[in-house]
Amino acid sequence: MIEVQELTKFYGNKAAINSLSFSVEQGEVVGFLGPNGAGKTTTMRVLSCFMPPTSGSAKVAGFDIHTHSIDVRRRIGYLPEHTPLYTDLTVTQYLNFVAEAKAVPRLERRQKVGEAIERCLLHDVERRIINTLSKGYRQRVGLAQALLGDPPVLILDEPTIGLDPKQIIEIRKLIREMQGKRTVILSTHILPEVSAVCQRVIIINDGRIAAVDTPENLTRRLQRSTQIVLQVEGPPDQVTRRFLDITGVLRVDMKDGTGALGRYVIETEKGRDLRRELAQAVCSSGWGLLELRPVDMSLEDIFIRLVTEDQAVSDQPAAIST
Amino acid sequence: MGTVAVFKKEMRSYFASPVALVVLTIFLVIAGYFFYSILAYFSLVSTQASMNPALARGLNVTEGVLRPLFSDMSVILLFMMPLLTMRLFAEERKQGTLELLLTYPLRDGEVLLGKFLAATFLVAILLLATGIYPLLLVFWSEPELYPILTGYLGLLLLAMTFIALGLFFSSLTQNQIVAAVLAFGALLLFWVIGWAATLAEGDWSLVFRHLSIVEHFSSFARGVLETKDLAYYLGLISFFLFATLKSLEVRRWKG
Repeated sequence: MIEVQELTKFYGNKAAINSLSFSVEQGEVVGFLGPNGAGKTTTMRVLSCFMPPTSGSAKVAGFDIHTHSIDVRRRIGYLPEHTPLYTDLTVTQYLNFVAEAKAVPRLERRQKVGEAIERCLLHDVERRIINTLSKGYRQRVGLAQALLGDPPVLILDEPTIGLDPKQIIEIRKLIREMQGKRTVILSTHILPEVSAVCQRVIIINDGRIAAVDTPENLTRRLQRSTQIVLQVEGPPDQVTRRFLDITGVLRVDMKDGTGALGRYVIETEKGRDLRRELAQAVCSSGWGLLELRPVDMSLEDIFIRLVTEDQAVSDQPAAIST
Repeated sequence: MGTVAVFKKEMRSYFASPVALVVLTIFLVIAGYFFYSILAYFSLVSTQASMNPALARGLNVTEGVLRPLFSDMSVILLFMMPLLTMRLFAEERKQGTLELLLTYPLRDGEVLLGKFLAATFLVAILLLATGIYPLLLVFWSEPELYPILTGYLGLLLLAMTFIALGLFFSSLTQNQIVAAVLAFGALLLFWVIGWAATLAEGDWSLVFRHLSIVEHFSSFARGVLETKDLAYYLGLISFFLFATLKSLEVRRWKG
């Protein structure tokens, strides 16, 4: 449903996101996890067609964001950070406007708006001016607005920020209910949120993807691994197999492979420095070793930065435990 | 369709805050005062003319009342329009709602047109309200119909030009005050260019005259409908709307 290739966006000289590539399947709820400034909001903005990328491409619901921007926008529901709403309108007036803007057929408008109000539990406040609503209600209006038009893809930027624990649980419940029915990509810097809501996590840091996996796998990897990056000249299949043979290697990911030259990210057991073993493996097989270095920020470091107090009263244990 | 949605929303927003109502009220108060003072003077001169037939020859309600009235109203418009247009984009940018608006399946042009039409509609209501002045004149005098119609057309076109310009400046900034000041400054500049016409010589004088907003308006006020004046206003309106469209595009890229 969402395919992103080498997406890059520069603000002046700084790359907010750099060569991002990932995909999201239909019906998946995927979390974009990263510290502030990692590039989450930029990615959301590009995917929602608010701003064009500097380079790279993205397809949402089968349409290219560049060439078929309007088609994409017809199929997404977007909720930006801080839930910007027209505060001088009432909830109903506002949702009517959004329904019209999203080209919901006139005859269905009232019904669809009514449905959105019911689904997001806004019945009590539908006549109130948005200015007078609490943050929790405003967030729900924002979600209702995103749901109007029944878009197959939802893009939510930090949907639970600033809410109190009870409200957070409600919103997460709403999002969880969409698994299988809609494709959702949401961004957050709260680690436990991802475990609570998402089927898969994309960790982004400093504009690049650090890891992609399910929350459970990531937790497991986190507890046990450090990462080493190598650039090897050699047939990718053989190289990968050779690496996996080494004891202590947990996982081999190959990125940026052009022909015989490939970049490999090796995950190794924590506490074991396998650099010598890896170097030997490459050289003894007769391949060219062009680069070998430990990754500056391991998953663990990223997670440490990421972990903030989750205020939700949760019965789930924190993802990191000993 | 999107245009209609945006139009309705803007109309609601206009009346949700006191700004629009205050601007309209003040406009009507000032215009009313102008009407009164122009009419009072005209009345005075008429009384004198009834005793001195020589004076009566030059007196004419259309020339003596309506024309200066339209002229004065165009000045009030110049002051007031930036206040109506300043929020159209600047507020959305500041509140962050522009980010949502531009991700709906609406073309930028539809959004722009919706806002433009909303402001124009507001001014049209305003001008309609001032229709009471010529209406009053009809009871006691015989103003010519045609100049009234062209006069109002001229005012509407003028207002639309001011709105297009105001929209442009509103799209450049987050700050409503800056938007208003910039628009006001630009409008003054266009206004004042007309004066340069009298100072310059020969061809330059002609150039300045053709650029001047005032000059093109004066023929409307006189009851003359000339294509070149229509073209001038429509040209300016199109230019500034186009510029606003481009400005929106640039802002998208810069984020």
